Amino acid sequence: MERIRASLLFLVTFMSDQAASTPAALKQTPLNATHRGLSAKMVDFGGWDMPVNYGSQIEEHHAVRSGCGLFDVSHMLPLDIRGANVRAFLRRLVANNVDKLQVSGKALYSCMLNEAGGVIDDLIIYFMDESWFRLVVNAGTAEKDLAWMEKMNADWDMGLTLTPRRDLAMIAIQGPHATQALNQALPGVDSITAHLKPFNAAAMGEMFIARTGYTGEDGFEVMVLAKSAPFFWKALMEAGGKPIGLGARDTLRLEAGMNLYGQDMDETTSPLESGLAWTVDMKTARDFVGRAALEKSEITQQLVGLVLLDKGVLRSHQNVLTKNGVGEITSGSFSPTMEKSIALARIPLGIAPGEEVEVEIRDKLLKVKVVKYPFVRNGKVMI
Amino acid sequence: MSIPADLKYTPSHEWVRVEADGTLTVGITHHAQDLLGDMVFIENPAAGRSLNKGEECAVVESVKAASDVYAPVAGEVIAANAEVESSPEAINKDAYSAWMFKLKPADAADVASLMDAAAYQKLVESEAH
Repeated sequence: MERIRASLLFLVTFMSDQAASTPAALKQTPLNATHRGLSAKMVDFGGWDMPVNYGSQIEEHHAVRSGCGLFDVSHMLPLDIRGANVRAFLRRLVANNVDKLQVSGKALYSCMLNEAGGVIDDLIIYFMDESWFRLVVNAGTAEKDLAWMEKMNADWDMGLTLTPRRDLAMIAIQGPHATQALNQALPGVDSITAHLKPFNAAAMGEMFIARTGYTGEDGFEVMVLAKSAPFFWKALMEAGGKPIGLGARDTLRLEAGMNLYGQDMDETTSPLESGLAWTVDMKTARDFVGRAALEKSEITQQLVGLVLLDKGVLRSHQNVLTKNGVGEITSGSFSPTMEKSIALARIPLGIAPGEEVEVEIRDKLLKVKVVKYPFVRNGKVMI
Repeated sequence: MSIPADLKYTPSHEWVRVEADGTLTVGITHHAQDLLGDMVFIENPAAGRSLNKGEECAVVESVKAASDVYAPVAGEVIAANAEVESSPEAINKDAYSAWMFKLKPADAADVASLMDAAAYQKLVESEAH
């Protein structure tokens, strides 16, 4: 069993941002009993006791592409920042420009960088009003993020209040039937879903409804009070939503070409070498943490998509051999939609989409094609 | 799922069936496939390859993870199951009928060193959280 156990442990650490803790110390979301009631296989995911799958991971993946899937993402942390200087604070704190957010409810994806230009975390920022922005940060980085933000709040004398919202649960409802399922589960929400554009959010009483996700499909991420989460989940299942574990969440986001923090980028990598240049705003003179380092840095690598042409499965940390040097797979798996293995890899510049390179798997060199990702969007193969 | 009483087992979760002619049929257990999840790739040893006991000789890969499969005893590979290579999900459907390869043991007595169903059951229980 050692190797299987080692592999599963690898799976858990590869999907998590922090070292695993002991089972006794595992944190639970408000839906823990719900997952166990559905016979989910639970794993230690960065210190959280989370469902990796409920049955077949591949069937869960297809359910999201063709119908509606439900994800418990309550391990991620919503964080409210309030105060008069909140916009000025975020202008300096993150690499994307919050001045793009001018309409209440609008969302922005951004990296938060350290002084060296490395990625502390990637996060979503929702603009609610000039004294209230809501952020959602990764589970494994939440404490580190909060400490960093509090330090900046103090250093820059911003006088803001940062409130972690562990009293909220977050459920992602994703897939072509997501709107229909949410409308059925939550009477009255159709007045919001009918008009809510992608990457926008709206508050409805205590609830917060965002048209965002991590699957490449239409859908929502809904925050509700923790105590309401089990009832809401049940209503969503009755409306046709299928429970989806973290296993399928990973293959869905990989097909969608979305970065995973801790794998595709971390504190030692530049966003400009992680496929995230589009999220770094250097057009304006705005000074933000990490900008000076990025401006001085020399870019030598790029994040690309790979499709395996031989049989096998691409995995993170496998070497990619190119004519310009060796690169590395950052995320690799089997794509249930394409029925092939795909990956994201950081490789030297100068290798273009369409070129063939090689990946070292165990003792073999297998052929892969470099492609421009995403691999799949809205149920359609894009490459 | 119950653990078939007529098979032998290894601590690394292979099952072994002793055929009437003394050859061994090898696969991975239901418990192993349950841990790994949906299978998507199988790499079997080539027929004719000679294996030491415990040698890494095959690979099973699920969507989640890759895992090595070990030779339960020393011997020579006499067949590999091409069907399971083209349909790895057969292992998820019925791990005990989806065999991977057949071995001619170097010493028929080596089979006695393998675990019986009761011992394997205990192992599985001891590994559960």
